[in-house]
Amino acid sequence: MEKSIKKYFALFALPALICFAIAFVVPFIWGLILSFCEFTTITDVDFVGFKNYIRAFTVDNYFSHAFFFTLAFAIVSVITINILAFALALALTRSVPGTNAFRTIFFMPNLIGGIVLGWIWQVIINGVLAYFEKTIAVDATYGFWGLVVLMNWQNVGYMMVIYIAAIQNIPTDMLEAADIDGANYWTKLRKIIIPAVMPSITICLFLTTTNGFKLYDQNLALTAGNPNHQTEMLALNIFNTFYSRIGFEGVGQAKAVIFTILVAAIALLQLYTTRKKEYEN
Amino acid sequence: MKKRNASTYILFVLMAVFAVFVLFPILIVFINSFKGRLFISSEPFTIPKGDAFVGMTNYTEGLAKTGFFSAFAYSLWITVSSVVVILLFTSMLAWYITRVKNIVTQVIYFALVFSMIVPFQMVMFTMSKIANMLGLDNPVGIIVLYVGFGAGMASFMFSGFIKSIPLALEEAAMIDGANPVKTFFLVVLPMLKSTAVTIAILNTMWIWNDYLMPYLTIGTNYRTIPVAIQYLRGGYGAVDMGAMMAMLVLAMVPVIVFYLVCQKHIIKGVLAGAVKG
Repeated sequence: MEKSIKKYFALFALPALICFAIAFVVPFIWGLILSFCEFTTITDVDFVGFKNYIRAFTVDNYFSHAFFFTLAFAIVSVITINILAFALALALTRSVPGTNAFRTIFFMPNLIGGIVLGWIWQVIINGVLAYFEKTIAVDATYGFWGLVVLMNWQNVGYMMVIYIAAIQNIPTDMLEAADIDGANYWTKLRKIIIPAVMPSITICLFLTTTNGFKLYDQNLALTAGNPNHQTEMLALNIFNTFYSRIGFEGVGQAKAVIFTILVAAIALLQLYTTRKKEYEN
Repeated sequence: MKKRNASTYILFVLMAVFAVFVLFPILIVFINSFKGRLFISSEPFTIPKGDAFVGMTNYTEGLAKTGFFSAFAYSLWITVSSVVVILLFTSMLAWYITRVKNIVTQVIYFALVFSMIVPFQMVMFTMSKIANMLGLDNPVGIIVLYVGFGAGMASFMFSGFIKSIPLALEEAAMIDGANPVKTFFLVVLPMLKSTAVTIAILNTMWIWNDYLMPYLTIGTNYRTIPVAIQYLRGGYGAVDMGAMMAMLVLAMVPVIVFYLVCQKHIIKGVLAGAVKG
């Protein structure tokens, strides 16, 4: 059978592979090469080694600032999103009236696009700050917490859905046995529920971390990096390096390579931890 | 059925409070879409009346400034056609690389999985250059880009499911004289339905809301909804927040309708995507 299918490479594999080559393989390799090059004119390109990688950090400190800003944002939002989502999931698996309606409402913001979300929250946050005669653009602290609130609003429902599915998969006889033994809710939570949903916790932690690191649209629409690049996250900094200065394509691409390595490292760490867990069980 | 005691009612109240928090921003945008633009920044949390109430002015101005209806049409066309082509092309590819085992298909599989972890920023500059060189910078050409960039996850999920299908069914079809084309379209493809729904949902959510790719490739001539919304920001002047509110409402309505209609599929799809992605 394998032999007869093999002859159909052009029909089955080629259409997707051509698209894949155009949209990913060629741009990826070209991008990698570009990160070691410098444009002297539009068409004249010189090989400059690691110069762009060094310039990414030395030409201004926005990139390193963006890294620490993104890191802080990722840590804070990962913690708040997961605690909130887990708490909501626990509540909504305890036969609260209207559970389905609540789930529907909590998940909804997840479908709204990043640009739309950013503008929605800009109105709300500026509206609140207006009472103090300020706007989100005056202080990076407002931008930071604005992004955290926005990210929670968007992601809590999503993570909650994952946690609810995990909690509902716990065998009820285990919980009933604990009831008979006289365990109270906190003991059940610590000894049964949390260990049982551990794989989902891992998934959600990594999902929120990657979402946080890759955030772009929300950042652009909510703060656009204001004031003075202070709320610029990594993805936005890379975009601005590429497109707001002429002759910085190589530096932008070098930053993009560093960004890729960072995101890939998180993904590989996730693969490693989930695989390890599978062997242990 | 568990008994409902006092604590469940306390939880109910807490959930209701949180639900208000979730719905509040959407409600504010809706209310402000009927308010004059100056009143939006000075008193965003009040019901518009008197001078502040401007009726449908924000909507008519916003529609004129953004060309929202054509943006809606571009978004719809690009999303639907990209998703259909992704489903067709990647299911064929996934079947091929799962059933034919050699070094080439293994390299392809590895490259596809690798592409899933690469952020868009890595390829955005060179991809938009290539799209421009190949004449893909139009609402038809961008489909190629979405298929190519979405191929990784879709093929990976299809391939995962195809591995679980017993070979016997396909072998039986081929012994009965069906060629691989017939076998795939009549035997394999119908079995992929539930995976296809999941992939369709995930890709619809991605492509509909995507901003950067359409902005960089076709943004100057053809604006999708997210590009049209961000376009309202304009160059340097103040943003017309009235028009913005009205366009945000129009942008959210189709999403919320889609969600309420396909809620079960969406949540199932998101769950499957989270676990496999």
